[in-house]
Amino acid sequence: MIRINCPYCGERDHSEFTYGGDGSIKYPALDASMEDWLQAVFQRENIRGVQTESWHHVNGCRMWLLIERDTMTHEIHSVRVAHPGLQQALEDPS
Amino acid sequence: MTRFSAWNVFRNGLSGQKGWDRQWRDVEPKADYDVVIVGGGIHGLATAYYLAKKHGLKNIAVLEKGWIGGGNAGRNTTIVRSNYFRPGNREFYEHSLKLWENLSHDLNYNVMFSQRGHVSLLHSPGAVDAAARGYNTLRLTGSDAEIWGLEELKQEIPHLNYAANARFPILGAAVQRRAGTARHDAVVWGYARAADLLGVDIIQNCEVLAVKRDQGRITGLDTSRGVIGGSKVGFSVAGNTSRLWDMAGLGTLPIESHKLQAFVTEPLKPLLDHVVVFGVGGTHFYISQSDKGGMVFGGDLDWYKSYAQRGNLPIVQDVSECALSILPCLGRVRLLRHWSGVCDMSMDGSHFICKTPLDNLYLNAGWNYGGFKAGPGAGWFLADLIANDRPHEIVAEHDLKRFERGYNIDERGAGPDPKLHG
Repeated sequence: MIRINCPYCGERDHSEFTYGGDGSIKYPALDASMEDWLQAVFQRENIRGVQTESWHHVNGCRMWLLIERDTMTHEIHSVRVAHPGLQQALEDPS
Repeated sequence: MTRFSAWNVFRNGLSGQKGWDRQWRDVEPKADYDVVIVGGGIHGLATAYYLAKKHGLKNIAVLEKGWIGGGNAGRNTTIVRSNYFRPGNREFYEHSLKLWENLSHDLNYNVMFSQRGHVSLLHSPGAVDAAARGYNTLRLTGSDAEIWGLEELKQEIPHLNYAANARFPILGAAVQRRAGTARHDAVVWGYARAADLLGVDIIQNCEVLAVKRDQGRITGLDTSRGVIGGSKVGFSVAGNTSRLWDMAGLGTLPIESHKLQAFVTEPLKPLLDHVVVFGVGGTHFYISQSDKGGMVFGGDLDWYKSYAQRGNLPIVQDVSECALSILPCLGRVRLLRHWSGVCDMSMDGSHFICKTPLDNLYLNAGWNYGGFKAGPGAGWFLADLIANDRPHEIVAEHDLKRFERGYNIDERGAGPDPKLHG
């Protein structure tokens, strides 16, 4: 069982979460070229090692998280809230 | 090489089994081959076998980083069927099933192919209608299919959960009689032995560490057993395709690596004569009984991307719940082992047998859950592609550029999310 340290709920079993997918993908502008959209939708780096991925704490606080996880060892290196404004607010509540 | 025959089995029985040779040679790699296949699984060995047998090529090597039978060939649930429906897939899997039907004779090796029938349970009127459509497709394209009502199903498989208050009430089943199971080790060993007999070098413990390129061609493979050159190179390493692709400097692929678990229980007396499958909503389950008596079963992926060949516990629970929902009689049976293999999950759930951006590189990848049953067919079509330098019309759409053309071969209609193509 992978344990994920949710910024809101603390350390929880991964069975509380659902896996979103590759979190490094930046979707292009709506009017971007077909090639850009092809890359974003269909092409993957498929890293063996540390990758950024999205997880949804669906049976917890329901926040989307961005997690750096090793796809070979399953070790988690960092967890942050996907929404940049919320992550900033967590880091600097003032 | 001693040929397997009733006479030789009898003769060796009398002489202490001392008359058998080793099944394939343990060779030192040569510096150059006409064709080098990377990956000594069912697909890679079958490719080498058909290149030698059907296309008459002589100077072929298969490189395997571990040992023959130690990868996904030994990490599956051994189900063979051809009930796929998208154009291309339909013909491909039917071709592969026909190869399976004659494989033991072809290889002179008993692969224990048992056409015990594949029974997909139906749980709703909508599922019955969809099954009727699938039945028509199979019958109209030269395959076999049956729809069983509840009475026939109860006669064939009496101990499914037919209770009125079952979690998944059963209405009937879609059946492919010619489908079944095979012995996973025997398939790789049989292909390895038959390919070796035709002069193919099978090189184990030989991991590709780097791919040497001269612009648009591969000039050699830097391996743990030295540099090996090949006029033509085939990649057949589902699970690790992206890593080799990256070594070849080719960038990204429409593939993610996910792991799929399977399970076997302690041996039981004969209980289940067929392969039984069901999938409703969030559940997905398939089970058969091995010749040794173990119940062999599996379910969904582990849901997150992974290259680790070990499974997680929530899926053990999910799959066990599925097992008990249709076969409550398994409640007190103990699990013996569970294992996990790394699958190439593609963006539309279908495979790639195609040419690549490099002139002398050919790709066989993206097998999702279906690699075992596809093995003979994939070898046949990859050999055809390598020998003739053009894809056969049956796999012509199974290339890497199909997404550019807006052409998804998506059996489930699940969309471009690899983990959903179970």
